[in-house]
Amino acid sequence: MNFFERLSKLDRRWVYLILAGVVVITVLMKFSTPIRINPEVRAIYDFVESRKAGSYLHLAVDYDPGSQAEMHPMTYAIMEQALAKDIKIIMTALSPNGPGMAEQAMLNIMDSVRLHTGKEVVYGRDICFLGYKPYPGIVILSMGQNYRISFPSDYYNTPTDSLPMMQGIVNYSNVDGIVLITGTSGVDYWIAYANGRYNAPLAVGLTGVMAADYYPYLKSGQIFGLMGGMLGAAEYETLAGRPARAMEAMRVQVWAHMVIIIFILVGNIGFLASRRRGGAR
Amino acid sequence: MKKEIPLLIVFVSGLFMAVQFFVPHASSEFIYEFVMEWSIIIGIFALALGIWSLVRVSVNKIRRRSENWPYAIVILAGLAAMMVFALAWGGLESYMFRSFFNYVMIPLHATMFSLLAFFIASAAFRAFRARTALATVLLISALVLMLRFNPYLGPLGGPEAGLAQWVLNVPNLAAKRAIIIGIGLGMVATSLKVILGIERTYMGSD
Amino acid sequence: MSWETFLWTTLSVALTLCTFSFLYRDNPFYKFSESLFVGVGAGYFTIILIYNGLVPTLIDRLWVGQPWWQIWGGRWWYIIPALLGVLMWFRFSKKKSWISRYPIAFYIGIATGVAIPLEMQNRVNRQLADTLLAPNFSAGFTAGISDIIIIIGVICSLFYFFFSVAHKGTFGGIAKIGIFILMVGFGASFGYTVMGRISLFIDRVQSIRDWVKMGSDGTGGMMAIVTIVSLAVVLLIILEIMRHLRNKAAEPTAQ
Repeated sequence: MNFFERLSKLDRRWVYLILAGVVVITVLMKFSTPIRINPEVRAIYDFVESRKAGSYLHLAVDYDPGSQAEMHPMTYAIMEQALAKDIKIIMTALSPNGPGMAEQAMLNIMDSVRLHTGKEVVYGRDICFLGYKPYPGIVILSMGQNYRISFPSDYYNTPTDSLPMMQGIVNYSNVDGIVLITGTSGVDYWIAYANGRYNAPLAVGLTGVMAADYYPYLKSGQIFGLMGGMLGAAEYETLAGRPARAMEAMRVQVWAHMVIIIFILVGNIGFLASRRRGGAR
Repeated sequence: MKKEIPLLIVFVSGLFMAVQFFVPHASSEFIYEFVMEWSIIIGIFALALGIWSLVRVSVNKIRRRSENWPYAIVILAGLAAMMVFALAWGGLESYMFRSFFNYVMIPLHATMFSLLAFFIASAAFRAFRARTALATVLLISALVLMLRFNPYLGPLGGPEAGLAQWVLNVPNLAAKRAIIIGIGLGMVATSLKVILGIERTYMGSD
Repeated sequence: MSWETFLWTTLSVALTLCTFSFLYRDNPFYKFSESLFVGVGAGYFTIILIYNGLVPTLIDRLWVGQPWWQIWGGRWWYIIPALLGVLMWFRFSKKKSWISRYPIAFYIGIATGVAIPLEMQNRVNRQLADTLLAPNFSAGFTAGISDIIIIIGVICSLFYFFFSVAHKGTFGGIAKIGIFILMVGFGASFGYTVMGRISLFIDRVQSIRDWVKMGSDGTGGMMAIVTIVSLAVVLLIILEIMRHLRNKAAEPTAQ
């Protein structure tokens, strides 16, 4: 067996250790990486930036803790931008562990805005969280008729009608647009039902695993913007002028990707070497 | 009656929902909203089945002292703890309920999923081989995407990033669009088969 | 920053490390963290179903201020979907599982009925309409060529998925172009997936780093805890490597 053949039979735990080592070292180092902004992310930023004070944005936080690494930075960046422009945010969470993620994001951003700008974000007046209901398809359809069909009260069991910001807000036609941050297949329901049936303007923030699959909807105009994974979150943070966790993670991504590419190349060199050896015999 | 009535229910409700899309009349909208409300309530009870199933399996495991039965106690303890924190100590705003979600649930869930990073690294090393022309095309396409935000290859607005964006917006788009159209046609065909009673697997066995 | 927050964060880091221990090999720490994840997750979801599901959609509608035994004072008709939901529970009964077919049929009928017009419109019609637009050379020569490639790519990929005709001759050639286009798409997804998966691990490392920073920013006591825990982890790793090497040395050498 030659060197590359032996290398291709390496215990996978050494592969894990190399990847872990590269990530840990680059997390601890201090350096920055420039980020290129793509038009599909800029479209979402420009949409939120162009809203007037007092307009409404529906933020659908449909992800679980397993996707929080990519999704939370998107949620935080959009919420900070919207609240800075006095845009009112209606939040919903249609994934099983989504309510906890949405509430965590809401409470953290409310604290952060108060700390950094002195502005008081009041629950019920500037932002509200309607909570979770099962079967996203049915809930999305029902919100297109009336939010109160699925959400007669909010996450904290306060009647929806008693929330000041929900006065006069009946369905999607009363909000400027929907930004969906999700790691689940519920995005198909939002596109088909919210945009397809009710023509609600829809932008999506998706995990890296799913992002490449939704470019056809971007081109056909069914979604007007797309943030793909950690890169999308970092692009949004750059646009918003608030570099945070995603920007920090992207510099680590560069090196981790180089390690993966080296693994692929080494594996293929070993494969070609053993194939040539087999042919020579 | 055990099969006929469910088939009739599927046919009537399916036909109504399909036709309702084209009928904006007030009475059609009224029934539509009524159906939405009922569906959510029925769905909540259906989801409770999953929780009950977990409890049943864990209790049986403990009773029979099956392999790894002590971990079934951990499952039930976690379930009971969350329910006690909320039901006895302040509902959804309970300090312990929120803390357990933020400091137990989130790290566990996130870490479970983060293990996939290592598996993909291992897969890249051991399995991602350019054995055939098709595999080579897949490999090159993956490498173009993986290098698109690498600043050490040249300026970020340069040819590599442009090529990656073109791959996403043209051949990737074409491939995914074909898949989407295929899925759409399949879903419509399956839905029609279910409504017409040709497809009956949802009923289970007698 | 309080002791309380630091202790909770220490618990979360400990659970993170227990889960990561699976990468070395399956062990009781990992099994414990996996079981805790399942239990806490199920408990969390049950509470959400009760407080966000059952209470506002059923309880608050049936009882609008009257005594608990007086169901007819509120919107009593909501008891009907509740009873239908309870019928679902007969799924587990060996003799009476047929009863669960009624509410399931209701659900299946609604889901399929809704799907027909909307999926046809959104997945098929709108995607086809966008594909079959004339190539737009006014946006540039590359844009026009790209539009032509998209049209050809979609048609060839659809040909690949048509298995009722043998993939031979001209049909086979078109399907072959289709599979190449599909491979480019899958490669793009793989490239994005790598970034997605690694993001999750980076976030965990960032959390552990923040915990260490938290310990070192606080009092000497916190720093001591961080140091002890870090040393314990390193010691365990060294002991395990030594055990592994000892076992390997004790293995009989192959003939």
